Amino acid sequence: MFRSTTGSIRRLTPSRRIGTGWIASSLSMLSSYVRCFATTTEAKAGVQTIKEILMNIGFARKETGIRRILAGIAGCSLLFLALIMLFVFMEGLPIFAELSAKDFFFGMYWRPTSEPPEFGIFPLIVGSVAITLVSSLIAIPLGVMTAIWLTEIAPSSVRRICKPFIELLAALPSVVVGFFAMVVMAPFLQEYFDLDTGLNLFNAGVMLAFMSVPTICSVAEDSLYAVPASLREASLALGASRWETTVRVVVPAAFSGIGTACMLGMSRSIGETMVVLMAAGGAGILPTSLFDPIRPIPAAIAAEMAEAPFRGEHYHALFATAMVLFVFTLAFNTIAQRITEKSRQALD
Amino acid sequence: MQNKSTARRAARQGFMFSVFKFAAFINIAALLSVCFFLVWNGLPALSWEFLTEPPRNSMTEGGILPCIIGTFFLSLGALGVSFPLGVASAVYLHEYAGHSAFARYIRLGVNNLAGVPSIVFGLFGMSFFVISCGFGISLLSGVLTLAVLTLPVIISTAEEALRQVPGVLRESSFALGATQSQTVARVVLPAALPGMLTGAILGLSRASGETAAIMFTATVFFSKKSVDSIFSPVMALPNHVYVLATSGTEIEKTLSLQYGTALVLLGLVLGMNIIAIIARDRLQRRQGF
Repeated sequence: MFRSTTGSIRRLTPSRRIGTGWIASSLSMLSSYVRCFATTTEAKAGVQTIKEILMNIGFARKETGIRRILAGIAGCSLLFLALIMLFVFMEGLPIFAELSAKDFFFGMYWRPTSEPPEFGIFPLIVGSVAITLVSSLIAIPLGVMTAIWLTEIAPSSVRRICKPFIELLAALPSVVVGFFAMVVMAPFLQEYFDLDTGLNLFNAGVMLAFMSVPTICSVAEDSLYAVPASLREASLALGASRWETTVRVVVPAAFSGIGTACMLGMSRSIGETMVVLMAAGGAGILPTSLFDPIRPIPAAIAAEMAEAPFRGEHYHALFATAMVLFVFTLAFNTIAQRITEKSRQALD
Repeated sequence: MQNKSTARRAARQGFMFSVFKFAAFINIAALLSVCFFLVWNGLPALSWEFLTEPPRNSMTEGGILPCIIGTFFLSLGALGVSFPLGVASAVYLHEYAGHSAFARYIRLGVNNLAGVPSIVFGLFGMSFFVISCGFGISLLSGVLTLAVLTLPVIISTAEEALRQVPGVLRESSFALGATQSQTVARVVLPAALPGMLTGAILGLSRASGETAAIMFTATVFFSKKSVDSIFSPVMALPNHVYVLATSGTEIEKTLSLQYGTALVLLGLVLGMNIIAIIARDRLQRRQGF
């Protein structure tokens, strides 16, 4: 009798369908209870069983409750994401009552404070795309090469020392990097390249590159680690050198992970605010050279939101640019996740 | 012939390896040069007065005490909200949900939340917490915005910590007749707690270095009174650096203050990260990896 009771507790636990599980278990318990009443000598044991049944139901209820509470808390992340979208779109969309989508997205002039104001965000979008390109051109080779060096080439003692430095690079507060760009990089560039201003596309691009290197490096590293050792061993056994093995076997095998890394790195660059706010120069024009000052989307929002009259045109226009930024980063992240999923399916 | 080609292959390998090594060291050099310049120029500005006095004379003299206090409350408060939420989410994802569709959507949400730019968090915080909830520009709005921002960091590190707990522990607990919640509360969580705390330190450092998210939700250029309620606006280290560096009336004159503030912020954030890295290292060695 007792054995069957504990058995049902045991069955309750690992089965993930506790909601229906407790009904089934208490039914089986009831039938055994009826059977045991057939003989009067086991009546006492029967009373004991009823207690056990009630306890089981209590346990099961509690388990279901806890599970539901945890699920609710876990749902918070989804809720927050939905709220962010809702509020940014809710405050951004009213701008399209004032001007057409074409004027907004392809307008060449961002002059929110002139009379009449113009809200063409094309120069801001171009600024964001340009700075993402510049920083990716530096960060992707640097990050991927660092990841390959850490996983494939460096001896493990050296790796143990170098890895934390990359992690600390990721931890640098963006405002500190922006400050460094302003007070150290800008005067340097101005002097050595004989420029009007050191605060420009190149300066901010280089700084952003070093901020996205750790992201690219750590994701790429994970995918390189995931390449099975047997592939490397097979290649080495065929007489390939370590370098040939790395380039022709390991990197192609980890290619999708490296693609994910690049996407996440670009998403980081396009959304980074403080560095472009402090170091990009802030001119809302289309850049014609690497050393032109620009005004990417995050910089425009951060610089102007404090002065924009509440729920005025400028306010809505800034939220609408945030909408564009949100869609950009969402696209990069979705592509990154797609690549990961595809490769996982391929591995399975 | 054979020898020559082997030698050439070896030479190419040696050359490429050193190129890759160079790439890795560029990153380290970048980190060290940022630290070097800030320490070199910032150290002379540091003094006991600098750390313990409020700014004076329209922020051209004095110290940064209110900023330190503000950053302290903001980041600890954010962690106080996001840590329980994050750990509960991670427990659900790893211990309960498995590969269900709901769990997949949550993971998607967490990944995308991690990718949202901080300025968008700032705008969300402004329109939701500051305006719609009516908290105003206050410590509370900043704490909640930063909590949403650090949630993905906490969830992913907590899930990683749960992954490190061997399945044998769970199975033994089940075999002794413990229910799932008992197993989680008394076996899995204690085993995963050190790893989770490492994640919490990382979340704390992320929150204390964040600027754009609290720009419109919590901070003001200058507040004379100290923080007396959760509804009062605060000053914070990162925003102080930004304000001093970009919108002071005499930017040149406050340069040493700027370096000093940036150095304090850098020391705070890197210090927390170094603690987290050392703690993780010890933990991994104890678990025998």
